[in-house]
Amino acid sequence: MSEQTILTAELRQEFESLCERYPDRKAALLPILHRVQAIHGCLDRRAQQEVADFLGTSAVEVHGVVTFYPMFREKPIGKHLVSVCKNISCDLMGSDNLLAAIQRKFAVQPGETCTDPSFTLEAVQCQGACGYGPMMVVDGHYHENLDAAKAVQILEDLKA
Amino acid sequence: MSQSFQDSPKFLTERLLRDGYGGTLAEYRAAGGYEQWRRAVTSLQPAEIIDLVKDSGLRGRGGAGFPTGLKWSFMPKDSGKPHYLLVNSDESEPGTFKDRLLLEKDPHLVLEGAAISAFAIGARTIYIYVRGEYVYPRECLDRAIQEAYEAGLLGQKLFGTDWSLDIYTHPGAGAYICGEETALMESLEGKRGHPRPKPPFPAGYGAWGQPTTINNVETVANARPILEHGAGAFRSVGTKNSPGTILVGVSGHVNRPGVYELPMGVPVRTVVDQVCGGMRNGKALKAFYVGGSSTGLLPAKDADVTLDHDAVRERGVMLGTAGLIVMDEDTSIIRATRVLADFYDHETCGQCSQCRVGMEWSYQIIRRIEEGRGHPSDLKTFADLIQNFSGGKTICAFADGAAMPFKTALLHFREEWEEAIRRANPQMADSPSEEPQTAGT
Repeated sequence: MSEQTILTAELRQEFESLCERYPDRKAALLPILHRVQAIHGCLDRRAQQEVADFLGTSAVEVHGVVTFYPMFREKPIGKHLVSVCKNISCDLMGSDNLLAAIQRKFAVQPGETCTDPSFTLEAVQCQGACGYGPMMVVDGHYHENLDAAKAVQILEDLKA
Repeated sequence: MSQSFQDSPKFLTERLLRDGYGGTLAEYRAAGGYEQWRRAVTSLQPAEIIDLVKDSGLRGRGGAGFPTGLKWSFMPKDSGKPHYLLVNSDESEPGTFKDRLLLEKDPHLVLEGAAISAFAIGARTIYIYVRGEYVYPRECLDRAIQEAYEAGLLGQKLFGTDWSLDIYTHPGAGAYICGEETALMESLEGKRGHPRPKPPFPAGYGAWGQPTTINNVETVANARPILEHGAGAFRSVGTKNSPGTILVGVSGHVNRPGVYELPMGVPVRTVVDQVCGGMRNGKALKAFYVGGSSTGLLPAKDADVTLDHDAVRERGVMLGTAGLIVMDEDTSIIRATRVLADFYDHETCGQCSQCRVGMEWSYQIIRRIEEGRGHPSDLKTFADLIQNFSGGKTICAFADGAAMPFKTALLHFREEWEEAIRRANPQMADSPSEEPQTAGT
């Protein structure tokens, strides 16, 4: 049984044009990993191997990069990714209350996935929204100037 | 001197303060946009631009405050090699959110400033390294880059000359250390973001081993107003050693947090009380991190300090990114320090053992003090630990940056730490800062 390839012909073409931006094609690794993760859901060993083969580097090199950067993950997550900032400016504005409310309401801890609605919760470091805290990021979209009630409502709306 | 902050020119944000400005190419050009880029390519020599920026006194806005013109002058002339300009939009220093304003609201200013900077250092390729979380800011930049190509402002044979310029954005992936310039180059090359030992310096051996300059977003953005208004106009704002304006990002317990373009040398007290409408809920100011967490904190009595490189250095801290984090009287300094220790522990790249172990150990000590389990010797251990990981013992400045909030928290709020230790150890008679008494062997 042959597994379907993650890097389709279309993707390879897209990635070739990314490689052309740099004097060394390996430099396209981070943008490629972002794209593969978005499509495949995570960067498992198979994805890492395919990307390594495409760039002409080793799977070990790619693994080293995937495990270094906090935004890359090797395992699948829930349908949505919810990241609550816990760093200093947000903490001063009560990000701990916001996180606690989410944990209570959806019975989920940071690092865990809940089922209804399906999201993975994480507590993250500074997102560069310091003047507009507390804040959380849902699937890459910034939600700022939150309070616990607003945050819970936004996550409730993910069910829709 | 000291113009009031209201009357000070807005070199960077003048357009943003107008109603309805959307930052499109048409709007930007209607406001004189890309005229300085055209002028640079068609009628100025790179050396003239470097001299102009030297004369302006512009200093880097990414944290270190290094003179920009001097940095540019380190690039080799006629090297025959490709030169690169890397624009640092990693913006991950806690309390720092000012570059995002330019990326989202006026991306063409960033592009024009970067283009002028690249011309000055002989670079025909620019990579703008944008932190991975900044998805929307990067989209804004990418859209602006496309507009600029379509208008013939980027690409080959610009303005009828032989000059060419390509600009690409490049995403990071959530690692704070990649804002360190050599780690940024490693990351750009597709590697783990491990800082490189220096020397060699980037101007000689940078990205892919080629001459490279790394500048912050706000730094390059200033190239346009300096060309447009001249070095003298730039110097007429700010202080002698810190000329110009600075984007001050204010967060924490003020009524109106946000990003404000202010003259260098504005007092912190003015920023808090007048620019930001005072403290939230009428509380008193307790302390503030001056320019991002890694610059260290000062107590309320130091709020008369002015935001320029010399003045803050005299108080033992640094200007950094001018990300001012304001804390009111109800704030626990121990908690704030623990939140930051958690951050530094998470973000150390792990190459140097002093840093890798030092961050985790610091976090553990602060955590147990906060939770009422502090040991009588903890403050001495913590101080020793800081001594042992800071002071230039590591490849990059990360550990020294982490030492600043730790050291200043211990220095200015000693009694708060001692009180926590004393509460955890009611049998203690004396000050916990003393060496624990040993009974002899």
